[in-house]
Amino acid sequence: MAATKTFRVLPGFKITLGFTLTYLSLIVLIPLAAVFIKTSELSLGQFWDVVTTPRVVATYKLSFGLSLVAAAINTVFGLMLAWALVRYSFPGKRIIDALVDLPFALPTAVAGIALTALYAKNGWIGQYFDAIGVKVAFGPLGVLVALVFIGLPFVVRTVQPILEDLDTELEEAAVSLGADRWQTFRFVILPILLPALLTGFALAFARAVGEYGSVIFIAGNIPMVSEITPLMIITKLEQYDYAGATAIAVVMLLLSFVLLLVINGLQAWTSKRTGRDR
Amino acid sequence: MSIQVKDIHKQFGSFVALDKVSLEFPTGELVALLGPSGCGKTTLLRIIAGLEQADSGQVLLEGEDASGTHVRERQVGFVFQHYALFRHMTVFDNVAFGMRMKPRAQRPSESQIRTKVHDLLQLVQLDWLADRFPAQLSGGQRQRIALARALAVEPRVLLLDEPFGALDAKVRKELRRWLRNLHDELHITSIFVTHDQEEALEVADRVVLMDHGKVEQIGTPEEVYRHPATPFVYSFLGSVNLFHGRIEDGTVQVGEDVLHDQPDAFRQGAEVIAFARPHELDIVVDGEVGKGVSARVNRVLSFGITARVELDGVNGSSGQHYEVELARSRVTELGLAEGQIVRLVPSRLKLFERQAASPQ
Repeated sequence: MAATKTFRVLPGFKITLGFTLTYLSLIVLIPLAAVFIKTSELSLGQFWDVVTTPRVVATYKLSFGLSLVAAAINTVFGLMLAWALVRYSFPGKRIIDALVDLPFALPTAVAGIALTALYAKNGWIGQYFDAIGVKVAFGPLGVLVALVFIGLPFVVRTVQPILEDLDTELEEAAVSLGADRWQTFRFVILPILLPALLTGFALAFARAVGEYGSVIFIAGNIPMVSEITPLMIITKLEQYDYAGATAIAVVMLLLSFVLLLVINGLQAWTSKRTGRDR
Repeated sequence: MSIQVKDIHKQFGSFVALDKVSLEFPTGELVALLGPSGCGKTTLLRIIAGLEQADSGQVLLEGEDASGTHVRERQVGFVFQHYALFRHMTVFDNVAFGMRMKPRAQRPSESQIRTKVHDLLQLVQLDWLADRFPAQLSGGQRQRIALARALAVEPRVLLLDEPFGALDAKVRKELRRWLRNLHDELHITSIFVTHDQEEALEVADRVVLMDHGKVEQIGTPEEVYRHPATPFVYSFLGSVNLFHGRIEDGTVQVGEDVLHDQPDAFRQGAEVIAFARPHELDIVVDGEVGKGVSARVNRVLSFGITARVELDGVNGSSGQHYEVELARSRVTELGLAEGQIVRLVPSRLKLFERQAASPQ
């Protein structure tokens, strides 16, 4: 045994691993297991009935669909924001840099109320949308606005460090080889940023799926139209239907897990393809 | 293709990187831009490439003003110090990049690209690495791939920015020889920037010495080494001994010592700087002759073909260090001991009148 032991400057593999596992169990694994245990009170038929009622199915579509759209929007604009923050210097840059984290810090209820006030029919921004016949607050579009808001920091913060490391020499090399601006972006910059963009996308998506506080004010919560899945769970809980609530939670959990797995797989694939893991 | 730069001026804030530089690079030559860091050589190269804009002045490519031409259209191949290879592409894709980026009408077919890439990889002797990623290559290999990539678009000029700067000494030497051979094969007008005088003298047809944004001297390696035109060039190329002196009665006085009969025409009392290469100095043991500068022997290094003697100045030139290269037999003959006071007598001396702007 002594022969296989490797020397480390900082000891403590056993204690850190032990702590990690205990901690993870207490905080994550046991509560999640409880969700499954509680759900198992239902028979398979009951479970299926609960999770496939049309009203609940409509919330899956809204929650997952809009979360994907919001994450996609955040990926595009987060990249632009990160680009502007890394590449250029302008007055107030540090303030904007700090503002990016605001959606992390702001209580989600506050964000929800603020967004609702802004985008309501008579709000500062909502009135212009209303003029062209678009209803933002109290509808699916309002949900999207809230989800975009809370997901904003993720892509910016994951892409920023990669962009900072990105040597402008690469772009100069591409141009000197005859590439135009679009080609330089598409074939040189984007592939390098892709893994970070995917990570940011996954985080923004995960956050959006689980978001409750900010959405609930702006959504209007119209059944079959603008109800999100977390709201369904809360509704069940308020009716003391704990098993029903956890049943929907299980579906959410599995769907999120599968989607995140796919995104992570995609990310691993892109970084492998770019030779980083070899 | 010939390159001409005319009155190029470039300033970064209050720092003058290039001060009205005019140069000509004839077709097919390999020219080295040599100078210490911050002398403006890289800036000049980047202006020629179009990666940087001059504040004033012109760049003429084949007699045509290229100042308004974008890098993309200048057809220059640029090689960066840190290779700038696309790390997400294989070696093959890196080399093929330039051809694949061409507008559809001019783009070669994929099979033509394949042939061309393999030809280029053979040229740089790395055909067997086509499927690797840059991260899997050594520094020397990466730089050769970078060169193949630059050559793939058939540039009219090849510009290399400290191409061997990031490599270790042995690989550097190898690549130097290899670059020279490659140039003899291709005869493409090339400019390379370096701060390594040995590299410049060994590889280039012609050397341009720069300091503080100005051109100090242009010439073949032999010319600039044998006949340095300015004090800067003298002290930059090779090791050199420096004496501060004054012209008195047709001789150079260094402190209280007489260095040399003064053949050149300098006015009486002029402050001068005198240069002598280590092999142009002889050591005489004190008392033999009444000429030469006094110095104390510090160390005698006799492991090579020639022996090197390190000395410290005394008698009004204290604080100066001297280095003398002598035949081993001569050192034995002299029987030098550490701490001994001797005199240095130059066989050849180059004098410059001292100006306010002169170094040291």
